[in-house]
Amino acid sequence: MTPVQAIIAKELRTAFVSPIVYVVGAVFLLIYGFLAYLYVVNAGSQAVRLMQLQGAAPQLNLNELVFRPTFYSMAIILMLVLPILTMRVFAEERKLRTFELLMTCPIRMNEVIIGKFLALLFLYLGMLALTGIVPLILATYSSFDWNPVLTGYLGLVLMGALFLATGVLASAMTENQVVAAFLSFGFLLLVWLLGLLGSVLGDTPVGNTIAYLSFIDHYDRLVRGLVDSKDLIYYLSGIVLMLFFAHRVLDSQRWK
Amino acid sequence: MIEVQGVTKRYGDHTAIERVTFSVAKGEVLAFLGPNGAGKTSTMRILACYMPATEGTARVAGFDCFEQPLEVKRRIGYLPENPPLYQELTVTEYLTFVGRIKGMNAGELRSGLARVLERLALGSVRRRLIANLSRGYQQRVGLAQALLNDPPVLILDEPTLGLDPKQIIEIRELIKSLAGSHTVILSTHILPEATAVCQRVVIIHAGRIVAEDTPEQLSSRLRRSEKISVVVKTPPPDLADRFRALPGVLNVFASTETGGFLLECDLGRDLREELARFVVGNGWGLLELKTVSMTLEDVFLLLTQHEEGMEPREDGAEEARQETAPTQEPSST
Ligand SMILES: Nc1ncnc2c1ncn2[C@@H]1O[C@H](COP(=O)(O)OP(=O)(O)OP(=O)(O)O)[C@@H](O)[C@H]1O
Ligand SMILES: [Mg+2]
Repeated sequence: MTPVQAIIAKELRTAFVSPIVYVVGAVFLLIYGFLAYLYVVNAGSQAVRLMQLQGAAPQLNLNELVFRPTFYSMAIILMLVLPILTMRVFAEERKLRTFELLMTCPIRMNEVIIGKFLALLFLYLGMLALTGIVPLILATYSSFDWNPVLTGYLGLVLMGALFLATGVLASAMTENQVVAAFLSFGFLLLVWLLGLLGSVLGDTPVGNTIAYLSFIDHYDRLVRGLVDSKDLIYYLSGIVLMLFFAHRVLDSQRWK
Repeated sequence: MIEVQGVTKRYGDHTAIERVTFSVAKGEVLAFLGPNGAGKTSTMRILACYMPATEGTARVAGFDCFEQPLEVKRRIGYLPENPPLYQELTVTEYLTFVGRIKGMNAGELRSGLARVLERLALGSVRRRLIANLSRGYQQRVGLAQALLNDPPVLILDEPTLGLDPKQIIEIRELIKSLAGSHTVILSTHILPEATAVCQRVVIIHAGRIVAEDTPEQLSSRLRRSEKISVVVKTPPPDLADRFRALPGVLNVFASTETGGFLLECDLGRDLREELARFVVGNGWGLLELKTVSMTLEDVFLLLTQHEEGMEPREDGAEEARQETAPTQEPSST
């Protein structure tokens, strides 16, 4: 087993001992399920209304009525939920001094960071996989275009990974888990609002730049079924950048 | 094996250690002795490559702790001051994790695990969560972690902290058995520990090395004179000077409020008889007269307690006075 695999195994092992994963997972799935249900019911009532108007059974667009709003809501839920998942990842190690063990074992800092990030990603992918029940159930009752659903999930994976990397950075900056959670949440909210500002400014050079920096526009395109390498590059480079900053922060703390 | 050259460590503008220089030979066990806040942990953290020194160089097994930390880390076992334990893991899970990040393969891990569980008597608790272990057992798990891959250099920060007397003896035996095949540096503020297990003692105080020698040499080197404690019931105000005028007396420390005096006399000359005659003959009332032997403990206190604006020797007097204080009433003038 390589050191990175050892870190991943240990992270997953400790994650399932603590209640955080269960609470976060349960809350996440509950909200997701509730939202999906809400949008499905909404779609149903629209269908009834249309039927009364037209007299015939209408062809409902589930992609537009259910999946797209669910995906958009998910962005906000993830912003709330993922910082809780990531807050302990370095803050706890530093608080309990186990960080001293990691730093004095023949393992590189980037191996520690990558191992921890991958462990978080696996947890998140697990949570996401459970939400796959919703499209599978809907597929048995009606038909819809799978394409934007799959690209939407790709968007969720990428954006969630970026949130996780941001959380890793925040957790590296402090020994206090609450501060770490709040830091990453605050930062993500700010970047999200930046995206809104970008769309308010419209199609100007400044507006476009600001909009590019935010994760929302890139996610939006994926949810609508458009896979553009530009958006993939945005997420991947964002993840690498956050983890790189985490490395720098952890390194610089030893100099204090 | 370990070379520390002019190492200084500053936290902000607080200097924790200043120009510390010492070395440990291969196979040697060295004690780093000092009171709280002396800079022991800081020095060990630098040696273990946890943090870089502000100035100076530290080398372990020929590798610079700053330039080639990975090479150093491969060769050391480090027990930090607070044992770095994951409370949510069992002892075996924890040690397995440590072995893996130390790059041990499955076979090495199995034999290493069996060895440390046996040597640190952890077999009975190996399936228990670390969180539920007592402090002493947790300390032993910390030690097991450091010894797991049998590294040639061991850096142990207060290895016997929190152990019961029986365990302390066993751990000391363990460390002694490492001598020769392993290079060990351990920190402690308990003097008997240093004398019990180490071939050499470095005494550090307020970030500076104040003495470095074998335990025996240290105590004899500092015992340059015989010391005699005298307690007099009604001393005249100039008694200290009168004592000083006696042949063979080198120095006198007086404490007027207790009537106690500490006399430094020529080495190898017993002045007790003359002193007794002198005091009794003058009718001052001799309450007590005895030689004060300096244990290594006294040497240590002497070396490390001159912080509060005291001269080191006055501390000796202080010590002697405390010893005799209960036997006599105050007779200050
Ligand atoms: N992270 C830190 N930031 C600021 N000052 C520190 C830090 N760590 C240690 N110090 C200071 O450096 C000095 C030396 O501390 P160190 O922990 O090395 O002492 P020590 O000899 O290990 O003491 P003890 O016997 O109590 O463990 C102390 O004055 C301490 O307050
Ligand atoms: Mg210490």
